[in-house]
Amino acid sequence: MDFDLSDDQRQIKDSVDRMLAAAYADLKTKAAAQKEPAGFSVGNWKQFADLGLLGIPFAEDHGGLGAGPVETMLVMDAIGRNAAIEPYLSTVVLGGGLLRHAGTAAQKAALIPGVIEGTHRLALAHQERQSRFDLADVSATARSDGAGGYILNGEKLVVLGGDSADTLIVVARIDGQRRDRAGIGLFLVGGTAAGVTRKGYATQDGGRAADITFANVKIGAEDVIAGKGSDGLASLEHVIDEAIAALAAEAIGAMAALHDLTVDYLKTRKQFGVAIGSFQVLQHKSVDMFTALEQARSMGYYATMMAAEPNAAERRRAMAAVKVQIGKSAKFVGETAIQLHGGIGMTMEYKAGHYFKRLTMIEMAFGNTEHFLRALAHAGGLIPAAA
Amino acid sequence: MDLRFTPEENAFRAEVRTFMTTEVPLHVRKKTEVGEGLSKADLVASHKALAKKGWAAPHWPKAYGGTGWTPIQHHIFTEELQANSVPQPLPFNVSMCGPVIIAFGTEEQKKRYLPKMYNLDEWWCQGFSEPGAGSDLAGLKTTAVKNDGQYVINGQKTWTTLAQHADWCFVLARTDMEAKKQLGISFILVDMKSPGITVRPIQTIDGGHEVNEVFFDDVKVPLENLVGQENRGWDCAKFLLGNERVGIARIGLSKQRIGRIKQLAAKVMSGDKSLMADERFAEKVAAVEVELKALEMTQLRVLAEDAKRKSNMPNPASSILKIKGSEIQQATTELLLEVAGPLSVPYLPDEADFGDGDHWAAPAAPQYFNFRKVSIYGGSNEIQRNIIAKAVLGF
Ligand SMILES: Cc1cc2nc3c(=O)[nH]c(=O)nc-3n(C[C@H](O)[C@H](O)[C@H](O)COP(=O)(O)OP(=O)(O)OC[C@H]3O[C@@H](n4cnc5c(N)ncnc54)[C@H](O)[C@@H]3O)c2cc1C
Repeated sequence: MDFDLSDDQRQIKDSVDRMLAAAYADLKTKAAAQKEPAGFSVGNWKQFADLGLLGIPFAEDHGGLGAGPVETMLVMDAIGRNAAIEPYLSTVVLGGGLLRHAGTAAQKAALIPGVIEGTHRLALAHQERQSRFDLADVSATARSDGAGGYILNGEKLVVLGGDSADTLIVVARIDGQRRDRAGIGLFLVGGTAAGVTRKGYATQDGGRAADITFANVKIGAEDVIAGKGSDGLASLEHVIDEAIAALAAEAIGAMAALHDLTVDYLKTRKQFGVAIGSFQVLQHKSVDMFTALEQARSMGYYATMMAAEPNAAERRRAMAAVKVQIGKSAKFVGETAIQLHGGIGMTMEYKAGHYFKRLTMIEMAFGNTEHFLRALAHAGGLIPAAA
Repeated sequence: MDLRFTPEENAFRAEVRTFMTTEVPLHVRKKTEVGEGLSKADLVASHKALAKKGWAAPHWPKAYGGTGWTPIQHHIFTEELQANSVPQPLPFNVSMCGPVIIAFGTEEQKKRYLPKMYNLDEWWCQGFSEPGAGSDLAGLKTTAVKNDGQYVINGQKTWTTLAQHADWCFVLARTDMEAKKQLGISFILVDMKSPGITVRPIQTIDGGHEVNEVFFDDVKVPLENLVGQENRGWDCAKFLLGNERVGIARIGLSKQRIGRIKQLAAKVMSGDKSLMADERFAEKVAAVEVELKALEMTQLRVLAEDAKRKSNMPNPASSILKIKGSEIQQATTELLLEVAGPLSVPYLPDEADFGDGDHWAAPAAPQYFNFRKVSIYGGSNEIQRNIIAKAVLGF
């Protein structure tokens, strides 16, 4: 067991830390970036590409680094630390992940180089109005056109990065009932293809998303990732598990930064003639934050370790546990940080609120703490009963 | 001891409910119910409906427009107001500045200010907190210097709620620079149209514009705008902050929100059943309901005891109401956020649909963010615990 980073990993960490710390030094720059047409700084995105960060998980054949969950963790940690809003999760982790796991050689060759260069962005359209956290709850339909292609109909809600993505990866039902595990397909759809209507909006945490409807959208055979007879859901679940590991790292980065910010504030903010950090009740609260952060950090390592686990049931169980710890810690650290800051924590002009809002959304993403607690209990927990 | 409501009290409740549901503009109640932001016009309309009925400031003495109700009637009134999603009459007018003027002001001041305050013909804001003076309010630095028969005010206030709507501000300022802390402070009424006042908006984490910074640059105020004695403004402030704590439990509001949580959770599917049919979720809601019932009984006890108290300083047990009340309010916003789930992600401040349409979930996250404030303002929950430790437990 080795928790140390290799030289290559250290280099990735240093470069992404430096780049994002500079880009997000001032909240005004962030506010300006949110007003750009894409909803984030395209200049920053170019820097991600220039540093090779967009190629991390992809094969070297396509121009990627061929790296794994540890490298992704380093990038996501930096994103979390800076409350950054670039669509790394949607393009590289989610969209890129599905291409890696399930895409055909031709699809990979066509799309991955553009992703790595930063000229092509992806988004995963899976969430529906009724589906909540159930990945198998899919009512959008893909009807076979008899020539290897499909006709897509339905509606997807809150597609992260979906308002400006060049290509959408759409989850749709080929056959079966609404919540059946079988019969789920995955399709590539151009963001501006005929029959696609997107309604974009800002998200609570400063990112972008879209509600998207598909009306008789034609999908050629070459754009089918998982068609009839293939297990689209398994690929989707695999990629969501990787996304949970990535989100864990982002949450840890955000919590660490927020905890630092809070401790600094307690040491400098004076009331009643003394630093408020001299009040023991506040010291203890910040110690509890620290404990929550470190427990989360440990689960983040576990997530990185299990993200590549080939046994899907084991991996799912592990990620449920990860998400429970991350969610609990994120909520506690976020809420406590705001409380300990007093009024200043309530404003958008100060960074604490940005972390808090992002952490709140991470707790919710792909299933909240309650959802995964239930899932873990149903799966028998982590430790088997004694014989 | 008989803890049931009397037939007269039940009849009173029915009367209040009928009024709330028929006379207060429906769109204001609808917005409040689902957690959409209220405009100035909304708040004025609802306040004026109450004022017309003579219920804008029930707890004021009868001579100034109060009702002379029993403590239980006050409780019933507040509960029905909140349960029917009627916004509180503007607290800066009726719960804060009004009672101070009634208790400490001159006859002229009462005549000049109270009627317009009551009817919300003039909107008031609270200029207490400063960048360096929050929990330690007495550390405030804004000064009011007597010069040429008037006060000249310089300094900065912050977190001033809805100052952008305000006609007047009640300000705590230092009038004796030599005196220690609490001793040299005065309570002064300032016309917001005075030259030298600048209001700068602060965006809060829910995305709204609820608070402001207010700058005073050589603002001239007539001496007669002093309330109470010069350098004794702290007495007014303490009195006011004590009143603020009583209203802050917001039991009716939490009840209303739990009702809404149950309504929505019965519709939202979680797997193959509704979220409300999910035992874990239902148990969490029930646990908050138990806490809320206990708090409601605590509130009634405090009210009954207050009626017998001689001093006009509030009961220290009212700190419990603030701590528990705020914790429960926050718990309800957390449950609502859980109901909204992934649909709470969109930030759609401009797409009001009264929570009936596609965006029913949109106010959940902003409300959760916004309600972090209730354990911070009006004396943070840490400060409330300090008060209880000292005043009740004798530490
Ligand atoms: C939304 C909102 C609206 C507001 N509206 C108004 C308004 O209209 N008018 C107005 O005058 N003010 C208003 N306030 C200000 C509010 O009353 C202050 O925020 C509050 O008094 C806390 O002060 P502070 O923000 O400076 O925090 P600080 O006093 O700096 O507190 C920071 C942290 O330290 C803790 N702390 C401080 N002292 C102690 C202690 N002795 N022991 C233990 N812990 C301690 C606090 O509990 C808090 O957790 C508003 C605030 C908010 C958030």
